[in-house]
Amino acid sequence: MNFLFDLDIPLLLEGIPHPAMILDDSFRIMAMNRLMEAMTGYSTDKVVGLHGELIVRSNTGNNRSQLYSRVMQTGVAISVAGDIINSYRRKISIQYSIAVLDDKSGQHCGLLVVAEDLSAREAEHKSEMNNYSSLELIGHSPKMQKVFELIPMLAQTDTSVMITGETGTGKDKIAEVIHQKSSRARFSFIKVNCGALPPGLLESELFGHVKGSFTGATRNKQGMFSLADKGTLFLTEIGDMPSSLQVKLLSVLDDRAFIPVGGENKITVDVRIIAATHRSLREQVRKNKFREDLFYRLNVLQVHLPPLREREGDVRYLLDFFLQKFTRVLNKSIVGFAPKAMQSLLEYPYPGNIRELSNTVEYAVNVCGRKKINTDHLPPYIFEQHIEENPQPLEVAAEKKAKKKSVVDEVSINKQSERLENWPEIERQLIIDILKEHRGNRTRAAEGLGWGRMKLWRKMKKYGLQE
Amino acid sequence: MRKLMIIIQGDFVAPRFDLATEVLTVRLEKNTIVGEPKMIIRERSSDEALCQMAVEEHITDIICGGIEEVHFNFLVWKKITVLDAVVGSWQLALEKCVAGILQQGEIVISKKDRRLSL
Repeated sequence: MNFLFDLDIPLLLEGIPHPAMILDDSFRIMAMNRLMEAMTGYSTDKVVGLHGELIVRSNTGNNRSQLYSRVMQTGVAISVAGDIINSYRRKISIQYSIAVLDDKSGQHCGLLVVAEDLSAREAEHKSEMNNYSSLELIGHSPKMQKVFELIPMLAQTDTSVMITGETGTGKDKIAEVIHQKSSRARFSFIKVNCGALPPGLLESELFGHVKGSFTGATRNKQGMFSLADKGTLFLTEIGDMPSSLQVKLLSVLDDRAFIPVGGENKITVDVRIIAATHRSLREQVRKNKFREDLFYRLNVLQVHLPPLREREGDVRYLLDFFLQKFTRVLNKSIVGFAPKAMQSLLEYPYPGNIRELSNTVEYAVNVCGRKKINTDHLPPYIFEQHIEENPQPLEVAAEKKAKKKSVVDEVSINKQSERLENWPEIERQLIIDILKEHRGNRTRAAEGLGWGRMKLWRKMKKYGLQE
Repeated sequence: MRKLMIIIQGDFVAPRFDLATEVLTVRLEKNTIVGEPKMIIRERSSDEALCQMAVEEHITDIICGGIEEVHFNFLVWKKITVLDAVVGSWQLALEKCVAGILQQGEIVISKKDRRLSL
């Protein structure tokens, strides 16, 4: 390119906002900017004519000028991450970018080398990583503090981790933080929802397929296991994984290799598995819905996330956190909650845990047009549910109902329905509870349920409660 | 009797202590070299291993290029004199060191050496 003006190289280098230097075709320093002088600890006049790598002592694979030579030969600019050690004995993380310079005849005549100082950015990243709140992990309750104490330990190892907890307790977030704090952080973190896809699709999704392996497989596709190589694969809702795939997953965990759908060759991978489920896997194993061997293989390290109702004092912090977050996102000027609204929010039991709390605050911030969120701005279910699920009055009602020989103990159902998903499970638990209450006396238990003895016997047999 | 260790790469003092695989040891008696300098090629680079080697070999002086503060402090704590951030030909650095005029951070390179390849 012909310029209409003469280029003043040292002045041009000063215009680059990073340490930069120009090398000749033998990789000797021709010019350096002041930032480069400051970073290396050498002044330009002393180092002009010296080999660039003697001054910028990097570990970027530029030993014996390999990078310089490659750029000079190919003319293709490269950028690699690494570090340098300067004359003040400081190791500085850098992004080392090398580009070729051409003379008027188009011949490669030198190199422009830019060493961006990444140390400030890394320090910022480190402080972010040490501060859980910046990762949206809020918790001051003793149970959450225990979880936070576990995270660095879990991040250090490559062993499988099982995260359990009710829906909305932040299992995904914890998995992501474990990955980010681990040595695998610079590789992929891939999340697969095992409950969201039908078995055939899930297998192809996890292990990939080769072209022609089934109708519609028009090209080779890499599976999530391949994509997560050297990184972390997060299998959420593992309790919903079909049995056929559980076998294959177990073999991958054991052999660290798998064969894609329709493929012939084994692919070896180095993947760390983090699994999560809201179900009780032990219960699933007992019901033969989950393989016992896979359960033990995954359940090496376990983290249980407590539901919000067990995290004393955290609701207030979370409310403030989400209020600030949504106020910022939605560009509102809300400063807080009115006392009555705060009271209602604190008393609400949040069966959907943090997800529900976050949605509640988002709703309120959207609806609120004032400086403070009032009870009018809260979703109506906050008040309805609150009446139904307040545990104190329900327990009192339970006692009364038991005495009145009610047909179905609503309280028990309400209490159990938090843990049990379907009616047979609820009914089974109900029978156990009433039997316990009557110390195993079946006649009185049947009366308590409003059933005949025969019906109780039949149900007990059905649920395997007979001796 | 002093025992000098120079961390080298080809004809030059190695730019980095932690990445170097070549080590030269020299015995000095009253500012003169005693015997033949000994060259050691290490299987792989390691700053920890070099520190360990310096201690085990009873080294009194080290000449090197860039070295991290932590390793510098360790060597100084072990009563080893470290002349670091030296740039240039190791032979010139050795001559200057024997003469007692080599300094930390010195660029020891002659016009002839500038043509040498790293």
